Amino acid sequence: MTTPKPALSRTFFDAFWIQNTGLVVLLGLCPLLAVSSTVINGLGLGLATTLVLIISNLSVSLARGLLRPEIRIPAFVLIIASAVTVTELLMQAYWFDLYRVLGIFIPLIVTNCAIIGRAEAFASRNGPVASLVDGLGTGLGFCLTLVLLGALREFLGQGTLLADAHLLLGDAGQALTLTLIPDHPGFLLALLPPGAFIGLGLLIAARNAWQHRKQRLLVSQAGGTATAHDRNLHAQV
Amino acid sequence: MSGASTSVAFWRSGLLLGLIALLGVALLVGVYDLTRTRIAAQEHQLMMQQLSEVLPRSYYDNDLVSDVTTLTDRGAFGHDRPIRIFRARQNGQPSAVIMEVVAPDGYNGDIRLLAGISQDNRITGVRVVSHRETPGLGDPIERRRSDWIESFRGRSLSDPPVERWTVRSEGGDFDQFTGATITPRAVVHALARALAYHEQRSDKIFAREADRDDA
Repeated sequence: MTTPKPALSRTFFDAFWIQNTGLVVLLGLCPLLAVSSTVINGLGLGLATTLVLIISNLSVSLARGLLRPEIRIPAFVLIIASAVTVTELLMQAYWFDLYRVLGIFIPLIVTNCAIIGRAEAFASRNGPVASLVDGLGTGLGFCLTLVLLGALREFLGQGTLLADAHLLLGDAGQALTLTLIPDHPGFLLALLPPGAFIGLGLLIAARNAWQHRKQRLLVSQAGGTATAHDRNLHAQV
Repeated sequence: MSGASTSVAFWRSGLLLGLIALLGVALLVGVYDLTRTRIAAQEHQLMMQQLSEVLPRSYYDNDLVSDVTTLTDRGAFGHDRPIRIFRARQNGQPSAVIMEVVAPDGYNGDIRLLAGISQDNRITGVRVVSHRETPGLGDPIERRRSDWIESFRGRSLSDPPVERWTVRSEGGDFDQFTGATITPRAVVHALARALAYHEQRSDKIFAREADRDDA
């Protein structure tokens, strides 16, 4: 949004990392915290959300010339609800076991503020290609957060990584499960909701530390002329 | 802005919204139609798989899924939830039932179980269908987390005697889990109630009308 037509790679990186839904904008926390108990659950919901974001961003962008301001929001809601239901049906048909694990959180993707947020803040003002890239970036960014938090919680809580991979990948996934701590007695806190909050806090802190370090390096290299990237955090809830 | 142009804009917006809704519905109808048979097949397969885990296929030759009766009995089960019972028959003769048992007194809400019970009042198998017990504490009732649920296979109300149908800490025959007594106790008690019900009313269960096809 700083330049009239930023490069697609810039659009992607902005959505994926600079404005990461889970770690920076802090939207969609309800599914994020609820489903991130294992890597596979996180990955499943992350990919489903990505698909919804791509469909909704693309549709909103295509319809943006027609949408008058007063019907904008109801139109977004209709589009997003359709996209979520399509995704739900597809998952039910092709990833039935995972669908059963994720359960209510699939239809609840519709309430993920990140989706209507991107429709409003990006797709309604940009062309279909850029919007598609933005949807992909936002979705994969959300997915990244889910997977990282899932890995953290699964490792600490059960001592495994990628448990139940067959839910997502079929029988081939069975071999992917890594038992990193054999006979792990289980660390319940990591699996319960407080563990999700603490884990997310740690991830946000880690990301901030990383960004600060990078910024300091940039500043010292450029002799203090580097400008901080314009972060649009207006959509906080 | 004149009244006429406002109303034109009003109608345009409304029609546009209607058009978007229509497109959404069309898309959903299309996807629903494409996935419908596959989803039904998945659900049927899941059902058959769950049923076969609690009652071996050798027990019956009828179409279990369509020979179902639903009843409620507060006195026998201690709750009002409808209980579905699948009736297994071999050559037309009653051979076993699969009951949807509900344990209403778990740590967190209902624990729903499927229990196979043969005509000689023995449990042929039990599986947890759904629960909201604490992860890591109560969830060893799930088959994929521990084999505790298998300890019911072959048991009846005389093995162990009915007063020992509870957890060990209360003088029973069934293990509790570290840090969780309420969850396994709820399951044990619910199964004991189901066995008692079956023992007394097996004939009535088989005499009932089958549910109308609700699928």
